[in-house]
This record gives sequence, C-alpha cells and structure tokens, in this order.
Amino acid sequence: MKIKSFSYKALGALLALPLIPTLAYAFQMEIATRNNYKGLTPQAHWEEMWTEVMWDITILGVVYFIIALFFLFRYRRTGHDQVGESPKLSAQAILGWVIIPCMLFLGDDLFLYAKGFALHKHMRQVPANAQTIKVTGSMWNWNYDYGNGVDTDNELRVPVGKPVVFRMTSDDVVHSHYLNGYHVTEDVMPGRVTWEWIMPVKVGESVITCREYCGANHSKMYGKLIVMKQADYDAWMTQALADAKAESGRQIAMVSKPRISSNTNNGGKL
Amino acid sequence: MTGEHFMGFVGHEPKGKPGWPKTAKEWLFTIDHKVIGVWYLIGSLASFAVAGLAAMLMRIELGSVGPDITSDGNVYNLWLTMHGAVMILGFQIPALLGFVANYAVPIMIGAKDMAFPRVNALSVWLLWSGILLALANLVIPDSFNGMWTGYPPYSTSDAAGNTALYSLVVIVLGMSSVFGAVNLACTVVFMRCKGLGWFQLPMTVWCVFTANIIQLIFVPVLAASVLLLSLDKYLGFGFYNPETGGDVLLYQNLFWFYSHPAVYVILLPFCGIIFELFSVSAKNMVFSYKVAVLSVLAFIPASADVWAHHAFVAGLPDWFNMLMSFTTLLISLPFGLMMLSMVGTLYKGAIRYSGPMIWALGAWVMLIFGGLTGIPNALAAVDYGISDSYAIMSHFHYVMAVAGAMATFGGVFYWFPKLTGRICSEMLTKLSGISFFIGMNVVMAPLYIAGVEGMPRRYMDYQQFADNATIVGAQHWSTIGAFITFLSVLLMLVAWIHGMLKGEKSSQNPWGSQSLEWTSTALIAGQGNFPTPVEVAENWHPYNYIDNPKPTFEAHPWGQPDPAK
Repeated sequence: MKIKSFSYKALGALLALPLIPTLAYAFQMEIATRNNYKGLTPQAHWEEMWTEVMWDITILGVVYFIIALFFLFRYRRTGHDQVGESPKLSAQAILGWVIIPCMLFLGDDLFLYAKGFALHKHMRQVPANAQTIKVTGSMWNWNYDYGNGVDTDNELRVPVGKPVVFRMTSDDVVHSHYLNGYHVTEDVMPGRVTWEWIMPVKVGESVITCREYCGANHSKMYGKLIVMKQADYDAWMTQALADAKAESGRQIAMVSKPRISSNTNNGGKL
Repeated sequence: MTGEHFMGFVGHEPKGKPGWPKTAKEWLFTIDHKVIGVWYLIGSLASFAVAGLAAMLMRIELGSVGPDITSDGNVYNLWLTMHGAVMILGFQIPALLGFVANYAVPIMIGAKDMAFPRVNALSVWLLWSGILLALANLVIPDSFNGMWTGYPPYSTSDAAGNTALYSLVVIVLGMSSVFGAVNLACTVVFMRCKGLGWFQLPMTVWCVFTANIIQLIFVPVLAASVLLLSLDKYLGFGFYNPETGGDVLLYQNLFWFYSHPAVYVILLPFCGIIFELFSVSAKNMVFSYKVAVLSVLAFIPASADVWAHHAFVAGLPDWFNMLMSFTTLLISLPFGLMMLSMVGTLYKGAIRYSGPMIWALGAWVMLIFGGLTGIPNALAAVDYGISDSYAIMSHFHYVMAVAGAMATFGGVFYWFPKLTGRICSEMLTKLSGISFFIGMNVVMAPLYIAGVEGMPRRYMDYQQFADNATIVGAQHWSTIGAFITFLSVLLMLVAWIHGMLKGEKSSQNPWGSQSLEWTSTALIAGQGNFPTPVEVAENWHPYNYIDNPKPTFEAHPWGQPDPAK
C-alpha cells in the first residue's frame, strides 16, 4: 500500500516538470517586456507570435493525425466477427492518461499564455511620445480629428516612425476600427472611449476597414491609412490647416444663415 | 391484476404493435417521444435547407469583386442574418437537442418515454412556431437584419428592422429549449431502466444531458438580454442606451454569457455521436470511458467563465481580457481529454468503414482543425489582429458548424434504419459524406487565409481588397467549394429518399451496437419502446462488445415478452 501511494506521488511530482520551463519562460518574458523592445514594432511582434502559434498548432495537429491515421489503417476490421481488443486500464493507467496529457496541454497553454501576455503588454502600452488622433465612427464613415482643427474622412495620414494612439468613439452604432497590416482591431461605440495604437515604420498605404457589423453599407465603410515621410506630412498638415482655417472662416461668415449639413460627424465630440 | 387494468409499464400502447403511427391525427397529436423526435428532425432539416440556400446566395455574391446578384446591402444582410440565426437556432440545436435527445436518448436509457411527454409535445410545437416566425422574417416588409447576435445600438435602431420579431423568436425557441432541457434532464435522472448506473450510459446520453444542463443554466440570460432589446427600442427603457445611463457592452456580456456555452450545447451532443459511431465501428470500448464522461461534464464550468473571448476587442478592461484569455486556454484540458478518448477508441479496434463512420470521421477531422485554430483566438493579443475577420468565421465553421453538421448527418444515417426500417445505400452515404467534407474544406480553408490577410466578416463586397490576390482567390475558391457542398447535400438527399423507398431492409442491429436502442426493442419501436420494462446487469456496458450480458425483461403480466417484436 505504501509503495503504491509513493509511486502515485512520484508520478505526480514528475508530471509537474513541464511546468518549470514554462514558468521560467514566463518570468523571463516578464523581465524582457520591462525593457524597451529594441526596435521591435508591435506588428512585427504580433507576426512573430502568430508564426509561433501556427507552428505550435501544426505540430499538435500533425502528431495527432499521424497517430490517428496509423490507428485507422492498422486496426481495420478483417474478420466478420472481429471485435476490438482495447486493453482494460488499471486505475493507475487511467490517472496517468489524465495527468500526463493534462500537464502537456497545461504546459503548452502556459507557454502560449506567457508569450501572449508579453505581446498583449506590448500592444497595450502606449509610448509616451505618441501622437493622439481622435477617431469617430458613424454609419458609414471614419472621421479622423488631428486635434488642431484638421479632420479628414476615411483617410488617415500619419508621419512615419512616430507612434500614434487613436482615441475612438462612435456617433451611432458599434463599429470596429481595423488597420490592416498592424494587426489591431478595437470596437468603437457610443458612450465609451476605446483606444488602440500603432507604430508605422514603412511609408505607404494600407486598408482601414470596419469590422463590426453596422448595417446596410458595412462593407463600404473603409478608408486608407497613408504613412508619409515627416517632411511630406508637415507640408500636408500646413496645407490642411490653412484649408481648415479658410473653412471655419466661411462658416463664421455663413453663421446667420440656416445651414443643413449632411455630415453629422463631429470629431471633437469626445 | 387483469391485463386491462394493469397501470404499470406495458409497452407498445395502445395496440402493442411496433411501428410508426398510421394516421395523420396520431402524427399531429402525438406525445410519443420518437414521433416528436421525427418532428424535430423535419423542422431542423427544413431550417438547414433555408439557411443553406442563404449561404449559397451569399457565396455567389462573394464569388467576385463587385455586385454579382445584388447590390442592396439590406438584402444581403437579411440572408446573412437568416443563415446565422436559422442554422444555429433552427438547425443545430433542434437537430441535436431535439432529434437526438428525443428520438435516441429515451430508448438508449431503457425508458418508455420522456419524463413529461406532454411538455415534450409543447417543446416541439414551440420550436415549429419559432421556425415559422423566423421564416416570416423573409417576407415581412421590415425584416430584421441585425445578425443572429443582434448587437445594440444597431439592433435597437430603425435600420435593423423588426427587433420585436427577433426577441420573440429567440424567446420562443428559448422556451422550447428550456422545456426540453428540464424534460430530458428529468428523463435521464429518473427514467433510466433498472440496473442502468450513471457510468453505464452511452456517451450520446451523457453529452446530451450535459448540453441540456448548460441550456438550463444559461438560456434565461439570453432570453433576458434580447427582451431588454425590445424594451429599449419600443418602450424607451435604455438598458443599452448610453444616453440614458445604459451600456452598450452590457448586451455583449449578457449575450456571450449564454452564447459561448451555447457552442458546447452544440459541440457536446455531436461529440457524443462521434463517440458512438467510433465505438460501434471499431467495436471497441470508449477509451477511458469515465474520464471521457468527466471531461464532458467539465465543460459546464469551463464554458461559463470564458465569454469575454468573443469581445476581446470590445473595449473591456485589459486585466479582464487576460483573465478570460487564460480561462479560455484551459478549455484545452477537457477538450484534449475528449479528443484523446476519441482517438484511443480506435486503438486496437476492429474498424469497419461503414457509411455513418465516414461522416463521423469527417466531423472529427473538422473538429480537430477547428479546435486547433481556436488556440490563437484564445490569446487576446493575437485576437486583436484577427478578431471579426474570416479567420474567426472559418474557425467556428470548422469547429461547430461543419463538424456539427457532419456528425448530425452521420447520426441520421446511423439511426436511419430505426426510423425507416431500411439502410441507405452505403455507396451514396460515403460519396455524399466525402464530397461534403471536400466541399466544406474548399469553402473554409481559403477563407482562413483570407482572414489572416485582413478580410473582415459580414462583408457583401471587398472592393478595398480588390488588388489583394490572396483574398480575391480565396473568395473565388470558396464559392466553388460551396457548389461542391451544395451537390453533396443533394446527393445526401438522394441517399435518404432512395434509402427510404428502395433501401435494403435492415436487420434488427445492422451496426452491431450494444446499446439498448438496437438490442432490446423492435427495429421501429412502437409507443412505449419496450415490450416490458428492460433491465440490465451490473456489468452491462453499452460499449462492451466482448462479454456483455444480455439485457433482460420483466415478465409480461399476460405472457412472455419477445424483445424483437
């Protein structure tokens, strides 16, 4: 009896082993995240993590399928009255078949969770020097307010190499602001301000779409993100500022007349 | 005690003959669980047809960039809403918790009927009312197009159409589910035949039982959350309206608090069918049966604390996302043990590749793909990149929709002899199964890649990705796959009709099962199921194919019972 109970304990202790490297890894990652990311952008970090997860699930799947295919081929029925001969499991074997797989799954879960935690921290920690842009979703339009009187619709311009944080809300229903290539999605809704941030490092255009169902023209609610060189951005911004001033001047001149506007967006409504 | 006044369990009432009722009146006013099961099956297959046609229309529309058959967003969104809502609420839940639970479970546990036969009839007619109300959405002028999820504030706006209909359909179907769940839980707890212990129940029974417990716990939350939608919209209560102090996110929390467990309401019963078919085909004991049962039960707590993974990008607090990310990963423990039991059932088995087994194998492969692609979604940070994209859509079609449909149809082919007395052509069964499997993979695998590329869900067009060859190609192939699937479903229909009319006459136990529905009652059981109460020995087990003691019958008050008649 004593030997049996001891063997259970030994078995249990052995099975805790996969947890150790996982926990060690988790703590090491925790430290790594406190340092700066050495030029690793959130999107590159995400892609790295994605590749690792894909490898992880591919290996799991392939191992499982190889075993399954072997069984399916090896144990075909040959005789008419043949029945299965699976061995009767002892209590210890049953315990083993619970604990060992569970520890393996748990080890993998913790490993992925630790990596996911680090990535999450990266994606949800806004750098101090980030530029803020207010985003307002409405049916079916994205409005970007740069905070200096300039606002654009369905066209977002940012300078390269500078983090940008979006403070987002919605005028009507739930929308979801997704920046293709940056792997960030965040819902926008009335009554709350949500946020996401990106680190554009390459000059060029990418797609912005709405990812939460918002009615008849949900699929037409898209825009583009234009990442520009700092000089180009400054030139554009100067021009846009001048335009905005002229526009507001016109509006002040027209203020006595009733004016019906189809654009109900007001980026400053935050 | 004379025969006429015997009040106990006499079986085969009223005339003591096996077989289906003969008259339309008997079919309509039945309280026999098997006939009710068939009503559930007809309702769910009709729903499958409607929702499947909606899917075909959407796939045709998405086949190429630009409008193909409609340019009206409201029309497309109506198809999309009908596809999601009717597939889940009209096809999968009624097929698994209606047909399988009603038709198979009572016979499997040796009961003469459900615990409350009249309540059972009420559930099935509530289901039919719900289905007809849902179909009415196709013809009313202000049809609801707020998706099966019905997120406010869209669903409480005028643009969404008739929110009251949505609330009503969900509540009617929810009532049907709750009545059915109480009934089935009571049946399994109180109506098991003499000698049938908890660990002698077939996996199907365990899985359906667990799914119904989940329904009992969570459906009321769904009913409340959609009722509040209508109160908001028509009476101005403002639970979800931030302008009156409500919160948009409240709905998403309430909705997914039910709707994540609802995934297991569908997943568990079809896993039960996979277990059943694996065990019968391999003539092998379910591998570590007790552990498999406990892992099924473990889904009740495991499903209850993970709802936020449907809303990782909804602006919930980060700490909450990280917590739910971990609890979501923990689902891999019961799920992994269940998968281990499935593959273990094949070990040293004697596998016969019968028609239903092909369908079960297909379901199982889809389930594995779906299970594995669930792992990235569980990680909140990874989900920020693929949330609400085709990757998610592809994942849940694999794990729940297609795996569920394949297992359900496998189950229909498996119980077909008990329904009609005939076996479907093996060739047609296999051919339809294989083509369905190939078709659905051609539909869903490219869409996973498109989703990772950035293609969002619920789009009727993808103009902005017109120059992305991956997405355009994926959409194209997916539409081709949809046609393959369509043909395979037609083939399945042919297999059923052919089997019903011209199929080979089935023997009493064509698959060689040890479960009570095949061994202890007539092929087409009559009302009351068993001639006299059936009794099993302590060492009897539904998956023991080697030395299983035969079930016995109580003596009939006026003669000897004949189990086969």
